[in-house]
Order: sequence, then structure tokens, then C-alpha cells
Amino acid sequence: MEAIINLGIFIGLLFIGYFFGRRAENNHYKSITKREDELRDIYVSSERFPHPPFLTHDSQLVSGSVVISVDYFKVIVAGLKTLVGGRLTAYESLLDRARREAILRMQQEAKSLGAQAIVNLKFETSRISGNANKGVGSIEVLAYGTGLIERT
Amino acid sequence: MIISNIEIVPGKRVTNHLGLVQGSTVRAKHAGRDIMAGFKNIVGGELKGYTELLQESRQEAIDRMCEQAKAIGANAVINVRFSTSSITAGASEILAYGTAVVVEG
Repeated sequence: MEAIINLGIFIGLLFIGYFFGRRAENNHYKSITKREDELRDIYVSSERFPHPPFLTHDSQLVSGSVVISVDYFKVIVAGLKTLVGGRLTAYESLLDRARREAILRMQQEAKSLGAQAIVNLKFETSRISGNANKGVGSIEVLAYGTGLIERT
Repeated sequence: MIISNIEIVPGKRVTNHLGLVQGSTVRAKHAGRDIMAGFKNIVGGELKGYTELLQESRQEAIDRMCEQAKAIGANAVINVRFSTSSITAGASEILAYGTAVVVEG
């Protein structure tokens, strides 16, 4: 009897994770592509030095960060996938979303400061283990760089 | 105080190197947020509470680094890097470090 209840809970969580996780991911991707279009005019590069036209600009550190959680479905799928190896697409999309969101937030901050470009972009990824040593939990991505603001 | 993560300050000249400065902070989140995060781990999505918490701690780390730089007479910190590590479940350390310099011009 107990085994059946446990199985029921497991399947229930799996479905909740699948539906809500899918919906959250789709909405997030839609919002990301929309905002990426809006912020296209802020040039972001990972070069170490600004281009010559920007050499007389003021500089200021800008950063953006996001913490994204995995859903239950992804944890299970990834867990099964580790048995056979190969690409963990479930986690790939998670990290992709987090990175792009972090860049967008950084660009947003740069825009509010009046910067035209961001150079020397760096990423920092870390894992936040909510309930220790169980799956990925949630991940934090930080994007930071130097915003170049035209001197007035 | 100019903070930048490139090795120069555009339009200005570095006249004096004062060495490494750093600031760090260890933060834990409270249990209420932890429980909410537990729910979020089932449905997925952004953990806004954590995002804010980490942003606050990062600002704290930068402030401490700036204080240290000011104390040794610098007016800019260049080549700033961040590092995050989770110490135990529920607490994370955020470190900001860079080179304190005097710039002119």
C-alpha cells in the first residue's frame, strides 16, 4: 500500500514538474528573445580592452545575476541520462537561460547608467545546494563587465 | 572611486600601483526562503529571493573592497574579479578582489 502511495507522489511530482517547468521555460525564452531585441544597441564583448573610439569614455562596473531552479522532471530525466551518458539537454537549456538572463540584466543596468558598450564580459557560475547533495538544485549565474559611458 | 574590470581606466593614466584589495562576505538565507526554494525545485523557475540576497551580498563585498582601497589612498580599483563558493548548504561566500591604483587625468 505504502509503495503505491509513494509511487503516486512520485508520478504526481513528475507531472507537476513537467507541466509547470515546460511552461516556465517557454515563457522565459519568449521574454528573453524579446528583451534581447530591445537591448541590441548595447554592445557587449569579452575583449579585454575597449575599442579606440571608446577610450575617452568613463568606465563603471556593471553586473547582472540570476538564480534559476531546476524542476523535478529535469532532475529525474538528467538522473536517468547519467546512466547512459551523453548530452544532458535538460540542464543545457537551464544554463543557457540563466546566462542569457544574466547578460540581459547587466545590459539593463548599463542602459540605465547611459552606457553604450560593455567590455571584458566575465561569467561566474555557482551552484546553490538547497537540500544538500541532491541533484543540481539551483544555479546562480553572474555576468559582469565594464560599462563605457560617454563623458559629458 | 572608479571600479572597473579591465586593466586600464580609459582616458586616465595609472600613476601608482598599491596592490591587491579584497572584500568578502558570507551570507545565509533564512529558513522561510529555503522552504519556498524547496517548492520551486519541483516546478522550476527563478528564485527571486536568492537573486536579491546574492546581489546584496555582492554589493557588500564591493563596498568592503572599496573601503580597503580608500584606506590605502587609492582612487580606483581595476581588474576586479568575483568569486562565489558555497560553504555549507544554505550559506555562500562572495569575494570581490582587484588592484588598487591611483589614476590621474
